[in-house]
Amino acid sequence: MSGPATLRKQNLAVEEGRFHHLSHLEVLESESIHILREVAAECKNPALLFSGGKDSIVLLRLAEKAFRPARFPFPLLHIDTGHNFPEVIAFRDHRVKQLGERLIVGSVEDSIKAGRVVLKSESESRNVHQSITLLDTIAEYGFDACIGGARRDEEKARAKERIFSFRDEFGQWDPKNQRPELWDLYNTKVHPGEHMRVFPISNWTELDVWQYIAQEQLEIPVIYRAHRCAVIRRGSGLLPVTHLVQPRPSEKVENIMVRFRTVGDMTCTCPVESDAVTLEQIIAETAATRITERGATRMDDQTSEASMELRKKEGYF
Amino acid sequence: MSAVEKAALRNMELLRFITAGSVDDGKSTLIGRLLYDSKSILEDQLSAIEKTTRRRGMNGVDLSLLTDGLQAEREQGITIDVAYRYFATPRRKFIIADTPGHEQYTRNMVTGASTANLAVILIDARKGVLTQSRRHAYIASLVGIPHLVVAVNKMDLVGYSQDVFNSIKKEFSAFVSHLNLHDVHYIPISALHGDMVVERGENLLWYDGTPLLELLETIEIASDINTSDFRFPVQWVCRPADPAYQDYRGYMGRIESGEIQVGDSITVLPSGLTSKVKEIATYNATHELAFAPQSVALRIEDHIDISRGDMIVKSGNQPRVAREFDAMLCWLSEQPLDLRRKYFVKHAAKTVKGLVSKLDYRVDVNTLQQDSVPQLNMSEIGRARLKTQQPLMCDAYDKNRATGCFIMIDEATHNTVAAGMVIEAGQ
Repeated sequence: MSGPATLRKQNLAVEEGRFHHLSHLEVLESESIHILREVAAECKNPALLFSGGKDSIVLLRLAEKAFRPARFPFPLLHIDTGHNFPEVIAFRDHRVKQLGERLIVGSVEDSIKAGRVVLKSESESRNVHQSITLLDTIAEYGFDACIGGARRDEEKARAKERIFSFRDEFGQWDPKNQRPELWDLYNTKVHPGEHMRVFPISNWTELDVWQYIAQEQLEIPVIYRAHRCAVIRRGSGLLPVTHLVQPRPSEKVENIMVRFRTVGDMTCTCPVESDAVTLEQIIAETAATRITERGATRMDDQTSEASMELRKKEGYF
Repeated sequence: MSAVEKAALRNMELLRFITAGSVDDGKSTLIGRLLYDSKSILEDQLSAIEKTTRRRGMNGVDLSLLTDGLQAEREQGITIDVAYRYFATPRRKFIIADTPGHEQYTRNMVTGASTANLAVILIDARKGVLTQSRRHAYIASLVGIPHLVVAVNKMDLVGYSQDVFNSIKKEFSAFVSHLNLHDVHYIPISALHGDMVVERGENLLWYDGTPLLELLETIEIASDINTSDFRFPVQWVCRPADPAYQDYRGYMGRIESGEIQVGDSITVLPSGLTSKVKEIATYNATHELAFAPQSVALRIEDHIDISRGDMIVKSGNQPRVAREFDAMLCWLSEQPLDLRRKYFVKHAAKTVKGLVSKLDYRVDVNTLQQDSVPQLNMSEIGRARLKTQQPLMCDAYDKNRATGCFIMIDEATHNTVAAGMVIEAGQ
């Protein structure tokens, strides 16, 4: 690539310590900031999806790093299923207030009332129904880009997704016909009615996210830390007992120490048994875990081998 | 975890690599093997692929199932798109771009290769160097991947023969000597049985190099970045509405190459206006010095007009500012290149209209022969002359990957139709 003279000069810069090699977290952070600035500059009307979960907590810090001292050049957007953990909603509102940014909430409850979402039963998981509310909200506000905290290491359909991922006028993802994405040159062009999903932390892993939260000393909802909780064992996982999930006659309620690795719909998000209270303990546990994040915590991903792919094609995050 | 381990976890280098091979070269098995032997596969993933292996009437664990992501490819049993995998060892973190071997999907290899530090090219020991292997090496060289590892796989099926390995190595070396590849390694492996992937194994004792994973962990990548030419494409101008920041102008972007210090004289391109660096800022902090690939905000001494798409460089070390330049193009679209049409050209933080004014030749990737052709079809590579409506600030790609690359976008469909690499003026 470079001639010997250039190489010598470069090695000298490295040896003299002027150029230290950046750590993986520094490289990932810079890549994500670069992506956020590209969305802001090239899309007309973007929004950033903020659920109060750990990945979107990281996104917000990256947005601060990308745009402060100015305000964010986009509003925050949350799709509220009505089945969210109250601790997470409280945290969401606290964080939005702290940042002084604008939050738009799209409500699955409203979509149900308007007849856009039809449930089979009141207590069924609303995870899949979020897509309709999300697409309706995108259309209502005319967003041409939605920035989300999805990561490629989460799930095998996500592993194939672009950082700037195109959605057609029906909000659908066509995995076999994606735009090639080269270098850091993102194609942000869309026609009216189409939009982009943008994933600035595509290349981060669950462990990177926790290390970054610790490094930046970010606040997190309390349920990410180990706490005593009434749970039942259903299928291969634990489920917290709430007004939406009641024990069946054969099921025994146990009071044990658990923490959540993901926070989603209360009816299908399972905690894991854990004593990890501090961030250092959570990082140690994450580094040593033998079960994947979604395998341990999401019942809806276990329905079939292609669950996530099918949901994503329909417009899911 | 000890404090030392924790510190090590946070301060690891990141290596991005791609894997390329022909259909059935055992690429998915190799990635599965790397993940499995480095203990990066988790229990639920393992039990899921055990179940699938059994359902297909086979025994044990088919490691290739780990990287088969999408429903369509599970049905067809082939990889149809670029998939990204993440794993870590105590020494490094890795991102793998798994790229397909299918001929019609060459564009995906170019995509995966564009961000990689290293390419692993798989060759089936029984079949030797194929057309596909030559094409993969040529693409690696074209896209400027600094390091190449040629993994001769399925050594178990040729009796772990040193002669077979040596003759493949000889043939491949002769081919790559014509290419712009300077760091090429050869390793005999058996992805199926694990020889020379993570563990040495007992079957390749005649080979005295390191196993593949150890090579990936130790290969020197710090000097892959261009540290000498400061290039700062302005992505975003920060002008806070807050009255406390009334005169604040922060020019935000990522340093693509080189370094910058407070007090350095800078030139803004294409205007040519000059000033000095007043402040280098990141969130809640200021710095004396910053370097690639950090994202920062620069503030400068003088009040001059700077907007997105401009490039800040050090005075005295400037890229070419040109509306016409030569480039290698890799065509990515089913719609062939049309010399009558205009396209969007995206380079650094700037998107302009442009056209291909002349197609010099197409490269036959098997023979490296140059043919005169009227158009470029999907997956074809050629040399062309481009004209743009506004000037671009570019370096030759082989001097500076970040400022030498561009993409072309179809004005009508908005598809990404070409990957481009700028050639030095006069070459």
